[in-house]
Amino acid sequence: MNKHAMHMSPASANVLPGYKIHEARAPAGPEGLDREQQAREAEYRSLMRKWWFAAPVGVFTMIMSYPWLFPVLDDWFPRGSPQLWYIWAFMGVASAAVLLYSGNQFFTGAWQALEHRSANMHTLIALGTGVAWVYSTIILLFPQVLPSSEMLEVYYDVTVVVTALVVLGLAMELKAKGRTSDAIKKLIGLQPKTARVVRGGREIDIPVEQVVVGDLVVVRPGEKIPVDGEIAEGSSAVDESMVTGESLPVEKRAGDEVIGATINKTGSFKFTATKVGSDTALASIIRMVQDAQGSKVPIQRIVDVVSGYFTPAVAILAILGFMAWYTAGPEPRIVFALIVAVTTLIIACPCALGMATPMSLTTGVGLGALNGILIRDGTALQTAQKLQTVILDKTGTITHGRPVLTDVVMSPGVDENEMLRLAGGVEKSSEHPLAAAIVEGAAGRGLALPDAESFNAIPGHGIEARIGGRALLLGNLKLMHDRSIALGALEERAAELADDGKTPMYVAMDGKAAGIVAVADTVKDDSVQAIRSLKDMGLEVVMITGDNERTARAIGRRVGIERVLSEVLPQDKAHNVQKLQLEGKKVGMVGDGINDAPALAQADVGFAIGTGTDVAIAASDITLIKGSLHGVVLAMQISRATMRNVYQNLFGAFIYNTLGLPIALGVLYPFFGILLSPLLAAIAMAFSSVTVISNANRLKRWRPA
Amino acid sequence: MTWDMIVVNVVGLGLIGLIVWFFWLVKTKGVRAALTSGGYQEQMVLVKGGYTPDVIVLERGKPARLNFVRQESSSCSEMVVLAAFGKSAYLPEGETVAVEFMPAEAGEYEFACQMGMLRGKLIVE
Repeated sequence: MNKHAMHMSPASANVLPGYKIHEARAPAGPEGLDREQQAREAEYRSLMRKWWFAAPVGVFTMIMSYPWLFPVLDDWFPRGSPQLWYIWAFMGVASAAVLLYSGNQFFTGAWQALEHRSANMHTLIALGTGVAWVYSTIILLFPQVLPSSEMLEVYYDVTVVVTALVVLGLAMELKAKGRTSDAIKKLIGLQPKTARVVRGGREIDIPVEQVVVGDLVVVRPGEKIPVDGEIAEGSSAVDESMVTGESLPVEKRAGDEVIGATINKTGSFKFTATKVGSDTALASIIRMVQDAQGSKVPIQRIVDVVSGYFTPAVAILAILGFMAWYTAGPEPRIVFALIVAVTTLIIACPCALGMATPMSLTTGVGLGALNGILIRDGTALQTAQKLQTVILDKTGTITHGRPVLTDVVMSPGVDENEMLRLAGGVEKSSEHPLAAAIVEGAAGRGLALPDAESFNAIPGHGIEARIGGRALLLGNLKLMHDRSIALGALEERAAELADDGKTPMYVAMDGKAAGIVAVADTVKDDSVQAIRSLKDMGLEVVMITGDNERTARAIGRRVGIERVLSEVLPQDKAHNVQKLQLEGKKVGMVGDGINDAPALAQADVGFAIGTGTDVAIAASDITLIKGSLHGVVLAMQISRATMRNVYQNLFGAFIYNTLGLPIALGVLYPFFGILLSPLLAAIAMAFSSVTVISNANRLKRWRPA
Repeated sequence: MTWDMIVVNVVGLGLIGLIVWFFWLVKTKGVRAALTSGGYQEQMVLVKGGYTPDVIVLERGKPARLNFVRQESSSCSEMVVLAAFGKSAYLPEGETVAVEFMPAEAGEYEFACQMGMLRGKLIVE
């Protein structure tokens, strides 16, 4: 069955008529984003209308519930007077209207939850406000149920003010919640809308969705690159900061990869589209971020267990509180019992508990993405901050992963450029991996490289060639000894270079030692700084490499790593990770996503240093889009900051509920005579969830240390 | 203790018993997902104050597809998370969103909203 058919089947099989089916894996486009935004806006406006309806009624009912506190009103509406009864009756009707309009979602929400045999915040608020209204209405209609008429007080103010405050809290929560997903909105907003492609020999503008693989796309200065591809002609500097976090523009030439959604700065070029639609690097990034934001931090499991029992448990506590106060409380017992029960129902905030981790996770993962760090899920985030040891693969991680010419040493009387020109010319014909470094090094100095007249590669030794009319030998000590070339001071110099982690090669011209060319895989600019930062964070840094011990130690010294695992075959890297784990440590492994995949998988957290458009392929826990070790430092900092935020939120939510509930139940009353007012409980409840979200939003202000 | 106190306490204990029984003791029977011609086990799930059905029985080793339809505007339910399968989906109001996964091992797995307020259970046999 083909892909299309598979996607079609659910539409016909099991979908309500009139509904469009979406594949959950496809990242939301700007259009989906707008709809989400609109839905939120509509919900916000609806909540605010409810608040504005409830608020004035709240003020009125608050005042008129206790007119004897206000001198003038006390004269007009004395206790027990018929005019006060009529005012209260009016309040009863007005507050019923508030419950029906502003508090509507609590009652429908509670009922729907009940149908699913569950209870939530809606249940608690509906119960709290409902009980207050029903009690007030009963004593208003049948005052004779009370032992004394002095006890006649209505609690319509509780009904209305609690509804108003919780609705306002929900509106604020919605606003703040929208901000936690700013990062993903920013990423989605990056998606270009049109592309200029060459079709039938003409340049035409088409919507980006219509670009197909193989299209030749034209990009002018200042324009956004529409899809992923490879430059066919032209060159330019490209600002890739929005995808990789790299702040400096990157030079691009024919054959180089370009990433969709990045911005072309200076030149014009044409490129061949290689990835379009949901295959582009940006689409993969968005998908990964959405998946990660929807995942769970392991600590959430504890919260889930608690919140599964939370709401019914609060209802039970409220009943127990009512029973205790009715049985052993002061007079008027029924009033105290009622206030305690209502306050308990209202102060409990399952929302703050439920939102504590997802909100921080959403913000933290988004923060990573904006810095070129893709965190796979909540587990990776939580584990990353516990790491004790970080293993860095040398090649391609600490170093650039390709050798370059580093040193040229001459015997007295030899011209440096002449020697390099000839050596470069000879190496042009060689297929040895180090040869390219010499050719590039020589060409880089603007030298024109001649062709060799004859060329003979001697395996394990080097090259013997005739070039520019001269006999040239290029190779190791063995080759020089074989040909009885006297090296003199060069031999000592070569040993020094080798100690420094470089590969020296002797050059002899016309039977005499001419000098040394040395090549080495160079350390990336910011590796040393990044390794220092990792150590400053208290991490043990280990280097792993296939190099011999001398070279490995030399590089280790240069970058400041003491513990070096050398001569490790690629297939043994995972085993070495495991050995460190057996020392009882949480181990992170940093390597490229393809060759190091088993080691990355073995590590507690695998960091893949990716470059360009392969971001999503890497089977790692954390992907660093920009090929710099500094990303590991940032990732660690972000995971620590996010988890700190999670703990703050959880602590806050747990403390709030564990302190709030006993106070609402009146434990302070016997000692201090303090009983919490249901109105204060409503304020506390409404703002506890807003606080949790605001704290998560605070994470967005995080800047690299 | 006066008679009214006795009444209040008896009614209170009764209510507590009712809550414990209603929320924690009653086990709902699950709905078995239908096997479609495509080889998927499919189930439509209505999202409105909860998940209907909230207990879904699946067979082990056959790909499953849950089609969620959210019919409410409350932002609480805008996301559904199947943590055990590493899946999550944003549910725009009024649209059907398919979540596909492979129930490879038998057991009970939860699906829930992001805040863990709405919950459902997948029973893989």
